[in-house]
Amino acid sequence: MYVHLVRARVRSDWQYRTSFVLFTLSVTLVTLLDFLAIAVIFSNIPRLAGWSLAEVAFLYGVAGVAFALGDTFVSQVEYVARHVKQGTFDRFLVRPVGPLLQICADEFAFRRAGKLVQSGAILVGAMVAVHGAWTPGRLLATAATVLTGSVIFSEIWVITSSIAFWTVDTQEVANSFTYGGNYMSQYPLDVFGPWLRRLAIGVVPIAFVAYLPSLWILDKNDSIGLPAWLSFAAPAVAALLLVPARLLWRTGIRRYRSTGS
Amino acid sequence: MRLYWEVARRSFRRYSTYRAATFAGVFTNSVFGFIQAYILLAIFRTRPAIHGLDASAAVTYAFASQGFLAMMGAFGALELSERIRTGDVVSDLYRPVDLQRYWLANDMGRAGFQALARGLPPFLVGGLAFHLRVPTDPAVWAAFALCTTIGVAVSFAFRFVVSLSTFWLLDERGPTQLASVIALFFSGFILPLNLFPDGIRPLARALPWASYVQLPIEVFLGQHRGGAVLGVVAQQTAWLAVLLLAGRVVLAAATRKVVVQGG
Repeated sequence: MYVHLVRARVRSDWQYRTSFVLFTLSVTLVTLLDFLAIAVIFSNIPRLAGWSLAEVAFLYGVAGVAFALGDTFVSQVEYVARHVKQGTFDRFLVRPVGPLLQICADEFAFRRAGKLVQSGAILVGAMVAVHGAWTPGRLLATAATVLTGSVIFSEIWVITSSIAFWTVDTQEVANSFTYGGNYMSQYPLDVFGPWLRRLAIGVVPIAFVAYLPSLWILDKNDSIGLPAWLSFAAPAVAALLLVPARLLWRTGIRRYRSTGS
Repeated sequence: MRLYWEVARRSFRRYSTYRAATFAGVFTNSVFGFIQAYILLAIFRTRPAIHGLDASAAVTYAFASQGFLAMMGAFGALELSERIRTGDVVSDLYRPVDLQRYWLANDMGRAGFQALARGLPPFLVGGLAFHLRVPTDPAVWAAFALCTTIGVAVSFAFRFVVSLSTFWLLDERGPTQLASVIALFFSGFILPLNLFPDGIRPLARALPWASYVQLPIEVFLGQHRGGAVLGVVAQQTAWLAVLLLAGRVVLAAATRKVVVQGG
């Protein structure tokens, strides 16, 4: 069903070819520039908080692929604000498919996948450049980290978008957690102040997207001595976050009262 | 002149009605300010000074540049793009006003509101947590205000040209996004241009986008004094003239081929 709806959307985007190509190009460029910023930082210093360029590139790659997966398949849930505002959310409720799945397929944008290719390439490059043996265990852990990371990002998207059922004009707050979370997860958690670190571990679990699992995968030490088991807690965190995500989305939908027009 | 002043005033007032959105924007800018400030601090812990920037200047830069984001309209297009796509632009062309000047006034009103509502608060929030540098010399404040105003106009002139591409492409998203990406990077928004490698730094500082963020904040940090400020103003004004002229040329070409959507 999802595939079918998505195909229709891609066909419609393709009607404006030049713009579509420019958009896909620029999405790829955005990701490239993000990475370029990291490269620029390392043109000034050899190590950032004890992490080499290859190691930060690994964080970037893991976070980037996880984010891109969430961005491609789930981030469309953001449009709920616009639908609530215009009263067009009704149509998602009367059709015999779940509203979350519908909205994600309805606003599907293939161009977002440009980020996936880009981040994936940098992840593979970083894995080659990082010193150390890639045992099957570490490879498996990397794949699992990317997947759980994308689940965490998706859950954050659903949670922050659900706010639209209460207030429609504060959508930009969501960017702090999604884009801000992606930005933060590209860097070693060590660089951030204690309060921001605590938030990223305990409240908005961005630290589990790339940094904490990477401590074990890359055999790094955290300077503040976080317990080692946190490296393996990402799947549990992703599962736990599902509770508020479901709750908020459901409560939001139940609360929804069209525009009355 | 009076007409354009009124247009700017209305635009200022219109933006001031989006209170929740403004609050949300300030929140996001502040969060990004903190993330960027900590990353810059980690860099400067390893190397105390990089091409005229030190740790306290860099943290000031992080929060100031976040405040500049909305004001410079670096994300997104002028509403003009949408009016071109829908064909509404035709009624704009009928009116006895100059299209470029009308949208310039409109954008200046928007920027004026956002300077106050989106520019100042993230800086104040950052000031609660970090020691930020604030100029004490009134001349520096005056120079900063001038360079920032020209910067907004340069940003407008660039986005105006980008918007006009809708006449040919009929969909503004591609060119808008591409233009934003380039502007964000070369304005010094993603990273201060001071950190750019030697091969690119002089070029990046000479391009029009440096007028958005890098140059005004350099003035704010007091890195240009006396006559040196004139150099910055001259560079910004030169780009403003070139881009406004380019807008005129493209507009002339566009109006010759106006095809009203569905008309």
